[in-house]
Amino acid sequence: MKINKDLAISENGFLFNPATGESFTANPMAFEIIRMLKEGQSGEKIVEWVSRHYLVEKSTVEKDLHDFFGLLRLHQLSVEND
Amino acid sequence: MIFSDCSGCTNSVLKMTKPLITIAVTGLNAIDSPGPGVAVIRGLREAASFDVRIIGLAYESLEPGIYMHHLVDRTYHIPYPAAGIDALKERLEYIIGKEKPDVLIPNFDAELYSFMKLEKHLNTLGVHLFLPTFEQFEERHKVNLPEFGKKHGIDVPPGFVVSDASEIFTISKELEFPFMVKGKWYDAFVAYNFEQARTYFNKISAKWGLPVVLQQYIHGTEYNVIGLGDGAGNTIAAVPMRKQYITDKGKAWAGISVDDKKLMALTRRFVESTKWRGAFELELMRTNQGKYYLMEINPRIPAWVYLAVGVGQNIPEALTLLALGKEVLPFEKYDVGKLFIRYAFDMIVDRSEFETISSAGEL
Repeated sequence: MKINKDLAISENGFLFNPATGESFTANPMAFEIIRMLKEGQSGEKIVEWVSRHYLVEKSTVEKDLHDFFGLLRLHQLSVEND
Repeated sequence: MIFSDCSGCTNSVLKMTKPLITIAVTGLNAIDSPGPGVAVIRGLREAASFDVRIIGLAYESLEPGIYMHHLVDRTYHIPYPAAGIDALKERLEYIIGKEKPDVLIPNFDAELYSFMKLEKHLNTLGVHLFLPTFEQFEERHKVNLPEFGKKHGIDVPPGFVVSDASEIFTISKELEFPFMVKGKWYDAFVAYNFEQARTYFNKISAKWGLPVVLQQYIHGTEYNVIGLGDGAGNTIAAVPMRKQYITDKGKAWAGISVDDKKLMALTRRFVESTKWRGAFELELMRTNQGKYYLMEINPRIPAWVYLAVGVGQNIPEALTLLALGKEVLPFEKYDVGKLFIRYAFDMIVDRSEFETISSAGEL
C-alpha cells in the first residue's frame, strides 16, 4: 500500500486529494498511519507500531488496518498494493 | 500595451497605460441561480492587458448587476429573445450608437442564437463577439447530445427527445428509473417513476417549450470544466471544478479547483474534435468507478467563472482579446485546491434608480 503522492497532508490531519477535490479529516491514529505509509513503511511495521503503542493484539490491528486500507483505496488516497 | 509619457508625474519615468475597451455584457441577474454577467465583469475589471468600461444589458429592472456601479458603468434594457431578432437588433443599434462598445459578451443560452444571428451585422458596427458557430451550437444541444457523444468519442448517458407526453411510457421502458427530465434550455428534475416523469414533462414543457429530454440518471459526483477554445482546435483555457455545495436548483454554491488528467484530456479532446470557438462549460458526472459521463455542454461562460480568474486563468480577458482578433497563447497552469464560495449580499438602492431603469430603460 502506497499513499497517493499528490495527496496534500496537513500537520493537523487534513487531507486533500487534488485529483478528485475531496477532503478528509484524519484522526491522530489515521494520520500517523498515513504518515508512516508516506514514509514507505510496510503494513507489518505499521501493525507492530500500533500494537505496541496502543497495547492491542496484532490480529485485531491487522483486521482494522485491512479495513482502513480499503477506505484509502475507496477514496483513491492510495495508489497500489505492495 | 501602449506606453505614454507620464505628464503628471514628478519624475521622468515612463508610465505604462492600458487601452480602454468598452464591453457590453448580459447576464446581470446575480440571483440564487445566477447569470454569469457579474462574475464576467469582475474578471474583465481585473484584466492585465486592458482597462474596461462596462455596459450592462439587462432584461429586468431588478437584475442586481444594474445597481453595482463599481462594476457596471451604464445599463440598458434589452428585449427578451421571444420579442424576436429585429427587436433586439433595433435596440442594440440604439445602444451601440450611444456607447460604441468594442466587444459584446452574451451570457445566456437562450439569447445566444439571436446574438449569433446578429454577429456579422454587429461586426459592421464595430462590435466584436467570440461565439460558437451555428453547427457547434446545434450539435452540442441537449436534444442532440447522444449523437454528439458518438461523433466525438465522449461517453454520454443514454437519452431520448420527447415532444409528446404519450411517448414517455414507451421510453421509460428503455431507461432505468430514476432518470432525468430536462428542459431544452433550463431546469432538470429526477423522476423515480412514470407519474413523476409525466408531471415533470408537463411542468418543463409549459415553462420552456418542447422538446423535453429524458436522460439516464448517473450516480456519482458532479464535476464541471470551464474552458475557452480558439476555433482552431486549441484549448486556450480550462479549469476543472468539483461541486462542493449544491443548491436546490442544482447550482454550485461552492466548488474547488481540481487536477484530474482524465478530465483535462477529455476537455482537450472536446475542443480539438469540435474546433470549439468561444467559452464553454462541460457538466460531467464521475461514477465511483472513475468513469466520466458528459451530461451537458453549455456554450457560454458559466456563473462560477471567477474561480478560473482566481486560479490564474482570466477567461473573460482572453475571450475579449480573441474577439478583438489578438493572438492569445494557451494558459498552461492554474492553482489546484482553491475554493469559490458564493454568498448573497443585500444592496440598498435608491428608488429613483429603479424608477429610471424601469421607465427610461437605461441607467
